[in-house]
Amino acid sequence: MRTYLDFEKPIAELETKLADMQKLAEQSNVDVSSATAALQGGIEKLRKEIFENLTRWQRVQLSRHPDRPYTLDYIQLMCDEFIELHGDRQVRDDPAMIGGFANIGGQSVLLIGQQKGRNTKQRQHRNFGMPNPEGYRKALRLMKLAEKFNRPIVTLIDTPGAFPGLEAEERGQGEAIARNLKEMFMLKVPVLCIIIGEGASGGALGIAIGDRVLMLENTWYSVISPESCSSILWRSWDYKEQAAEALKLTARDMKENKLIDGIIPEPLGGAHLDHGVMALGLKKVIMETIAELSKLTPEQRISERIDKFCAMGVVIE
Amino acid sequence: MSWFVRKEKGISTPTEMKREAPDGLWYQCPSCKKIMQTREHKLNAYTCEHCNYHEKIGSDAYFEVLFDQNIYIELDENLTSGNPLNFVDTKPYPDRVRATMLKTGLKDAVRTGFGKMNEVEIVIACMDFNFIGGSMGSVVGEKIARAIDHSIKHKVPFLMISRSGGARMMEAGFSLMQMAKTSAKLAMLSEAKIPYISLLTDPTTGGVTASYAMLGDFNISEPGALIGFAGPRVIRETIGKDLPKGFQSAEFVLEHGFLDFIVDRKDLKDKLTSLLNMLR
Repeated sequence: MRTYLDFEKPIAELETKLADMQKLAEQSNVDVSSATAALQGGIEKLRKEIFENLTRWQRVQLSRHPDRPYTLDYIQLMCDEFIELHGDRQVRDDPAMIGGFANIGGQSVLLIGQQKGRNTKQRQHRNFGMPNPEGYRKALRLMKLAEKFNRPIVTLIDTPGAFPGLEAEERGQGEAIARNLKEMFMLKVPVLCIIIGEGASGGALGIAIGDRVLMLENTWYSVISPESCSSILWRSWDYKEQAAEALKLTARDMKENKLIDGIIPEPLGGAHLDHGVMALGLKKVIMETIAELSKLTPEQRISERIDKFCAMGVVIE
Repeated sequence: MSWFVRKEKGISTPTEMKREAPDGLWYQCPSCKKIMQTREHKLNAYTCEHCNYHEKIGSDAYFEVLFDQNIYIELDENLTSGNPLNFVDTKPYPDRVRATMLKTGLKDAVRTGFGKMNEVEIVIACMDFNFIGGSMGSVVGEKIARAIDHSIKHKVPFLMISRSGGARMMEAGFSLMQMAKTSAKLAMLSEAKIPYISLLTDPTTGGVTASYAMLGDFNISEPGALIGFAGPRVIRETIGKDLPKGFQSAEFVLEHGFLDFIVDRKDLKDKLTSLLNMLR
């Protein structure tokens, strides 16, 4: 059973109608092909209309769609091989952050990403994609390995934030993220960062300092979630739509403000409708971008990486 | 009939004409409630002589405590915030900034200065919490970045005094990227082998903790300061339990290994000078 979001209701109705019609046709052996074709055309048209005019809040909803592909789904669909590596060598392994060496179309890369769960048990295991300090330290340990063996780094970002828990504070959540920001600037190998779902604040940025930072079409990336922003600035949880508008947190907004380098298109209706097509598109971009970045020297990459982030910000002199 | 008849009108000095002791001669400690002279309090680097409570002070007071004879050159003092996102919540962002400027006399939540501390040249960036919660927007990021550039150019140590609730929401994505920008500059400062001291004062949380505040060669703090990534309220809501006493205090953070030392503000200047002299 597909999950429809509130704004997809008209599509859901038509698709139910289509399914009923097909079922009826099967049972009574009546040819309804012309009618179903017309209905299908209607559905596509409607979907196009709805998805051309998505509000920012609707994109946030899509980025959290329960059927949306997660890091491990992409790994399975894109990589010929993947060897997962565990642990930060200090405290424990963080299941909310995964990483390992992967073979993507003949190119071996280090792949890192936050991981969410599909059902209740998995979600708890993955801590809803909210890493602890160990997660960021594991990511850094693996990135240093990639640097040592001269392999490019690809990070897939999908997190509602770094975990705000008791132990996370005790083990230095702030320090762990800060260290990653600083160290990632000096990595000698190409670094490509892609927001595949939610990009919430420092928890996302902690693995998102790259030569190229890209966003999938229906994702968000900002300093705070619309809900938390609403609760702080409007002192109520009810203004999330307005908060999403005000934060300008979509891929298009972030590109317009030159805070990211590019947008990767999703299949019509969202990445969750066709994991295969989405993964193929993503793989193509990863391979092309790595090839492009590999032409530069490590010094060029580092200095361009630093200059790019240092140019961000609007001040009046 | 009474024996005494008031022939003249009673005393009717209007309030504004009343003579009293001038304001600000005495200081009452908000923690132990004891009274001391304002002058004494100031000489004590704005700490209580009875209970050692560290008054929350701004850049003005820190510069006065640290720079010799309070002499320094302020860097980029006219940088002010733009409104890249046309952000409107309950009121437009520029209105909020303008109102805060009028109220505080500050341009934004950080001031940067270059001067001498016990004869040692130093660049100091100090945050002001009363400017929109010491929040980090483009101006804060840019001024810190330029202050670090100044440190690198003149090969002098950099001291960052943080006091902030975190990112400035009204600059959303721009605010987030200031974490990246300042970290990039600190990476360069590190490469240049110039000492970076980060002083985390009460409170330092959010994106500031998760970037420059935790990246010092030396991370230090003042007694009792609140230091954390997530704020106490958020953590309480997440775990659904009350937090242990002293959680996220400077002492707690030191015990868990993320601070080098805690220093009383009245000893700050001399201790920093000793440390820097050992590195020269």
